[in-house]
Formats: sequence, structure tokens, C-alpha cells
Amino acid sequence: MAARVGVVVFPGTNCEHDAAVALEQLGAEVRYVWHHEVSLGDLDAVVLPGGFAHGDYLRPGAIARFSQIMEAIGGFAASGGPVVGICNGFQVLCEAGLLPGALQKNAGLTFLCQPTELVVTSVASVLTSGAELGQRLSIPINHFSGSYVCDEATLAMLRDEDRVILRYADNPNGSVDDIAGIASTAGNVVGLMPHPERASSAILGSTDGLVLLASLLDAVPARR
Amino acid sequence: MRFAARVEVTLRDGIADPEGATIERALPALGFTGVHDVRAGRSFRLSVDAETKDEAIAMTQSLADRLLANPVIERATVELSEH
Repeated sequence: MAARVGVVVFPGTNCEHDAAVALEQLGAEVRYVWHHEVSLGDLDAVVLPGGFAHGDYLRPGAIARFSQIMEAIGGFAASGGPVVGICNGFQVLCEAGLLPGALQKNAGLTFLCQPTELVVTSVASVLTSGAELGQRLSIPINHFSGSYVCDEATLAMLRDEDRVILRYADNPNGSVDDIAGIASTAGNVVGLMPHPERASSAILGSTDGLVLLASLLDAVPARR
Repeated sequence: MRFAARVEVTLRDGIADPEGATIERALPALGFTGVHDVRAGRSFRLSVDAETKDEAIAMTQSLADRLLANPVIERATVELSEH
């Protein structure tokens, strides 16, 4: 049976269709989930796609975290459900406290829209379980606030628990420890700034994002 | 009573502030020398109804910590005056 993936849509989200197409291409059944919904129903996994939820007013993710659907997502995550936040989705997960740390303005104060080379530094997550440690992936970024920051204790914890799943080969935004993506302790909640859905077809210039999205879909039967 | 509250949100010490650093670098070109430690932030003005000043401060600090600032990287300070 196809994995049922919910793609969450806030006012201002703009990558939901890209994410849905990439997931459907891998065989997933996608349902869009509006931020006012209160339940995730029978979904197997949840993706919070990129964009500018609530206009990024105040801070990216600051308003979205109080959306009704976030309570259901918190419960789903606590029960081990796979939750992936891409770009703005990562910012929302950090604001919601589902992932530690925060995303700051890029060090160069410029909006970055470019391919980046990533290194898989942990396969202990729902997004990287199918990748190989040390594997290099070319996946684009598209953000102004993508500089990951956390205090030293949190960074030590992330390293010790093998939770830094992706690092930039050439740090574009000033992120602490070159961090591009992290996972929760159990590995089921993941946030990353690069957009795997934009590296999901040869005509987009890269198919390197597919191994990540396929990992997510592979995580589903294990839960059923 | 109604109080006028001002909330200032700034990055915590030790958190890099690219905005403040950029402003600081621009100043010498305008002839302002000897300016250091520029930190950028945001300020919010609110009118708050409460029985006492302490209550107004507590509520404003609470909403600032919960929404206006991200305590992971920012700090919110509250100032209050009577309307």
C-alpha cells in the first residue's frame, strides 16, 4: 500500500506542490493538510514544506507554530511518526520546539538560492536511512534565514547523539558546525534547509534529493 | 489601568548578529568613527490593561518570551509607563 503523506499548507507556504509531485513520483499518496485542521487522520508521514508561512512576520515560523495543526503534529511526532520540515518547515519545527536550536539570518545577509553540496553525516534518521554515510548530494537551498544556531551544550548533544544528518561541504550561510539538517533523538523528526524536492528530477539539474525522500517513504511500512 | 509597554528584542550575547556587524562596518564610510558593539534588534509598543503595574509587567514579559522573542537566540526586555 502506498505511503500516505500529509503536506502541510500554511498561508504563505509555496513549495507544497513541488514536495507533493516529488513524493508522488516515488509512489506516495499525498494529501494537503491545511493549517486549521486539527487531525492528521490516517497519515503515515508529514512534510512541512518551504515557503513563507504567515509572511514570515515576526520571525520565520513564529506564528505558524501556534497553528491548530501543530498540536496534532506534536502528538504524531511524540508517537514516533515521521515528520520532515524543509526550509521554512525546519524553521517552524524549531520554533515549535520539536527540534532544538534556531535559524538565524544568513551570515552574509543575502538571500541564497543556489545548488549546495551536502555530506550525509548520519543515517540515523527517517530522511537519511537509505543514504550512505559520507555520501555527497547536490541539493539546492533557497533561504534568507538558514544559519543554524544553538548553544554549545545543544551542539555537543547533537554530535554525541549522531543527530547532525547533513552538513554543507562549503558552508554558505554561517551555520554552526556546517549544519544543514538535524534529527530528533529518535530520528523521526527531521529538519533541513536544502530542498530535496527541487533535486528530484534530471530536468531540475539533480536527482540527489530522491534518496532522502525515498528514505522517508521506506520508514512508513516499518511503523505499520 | 492601562499601561504603555515597550518590548525590546535583541540577540543574546554570543549569538552572531550579521545585521549589527554590517551597520557597524558601514559607519566609517559615513564619517562616524569610534562606534563599536552595534547590535540590531526590534522594538514593539503595546497598550496593556492590568490591575497593577507588576501584573502588566509580568503579562508583557510572558507574551514577549512566548511570542515576540525566540528565547533560544533572543532576549526580551520590558519597559512600562502609565498611560
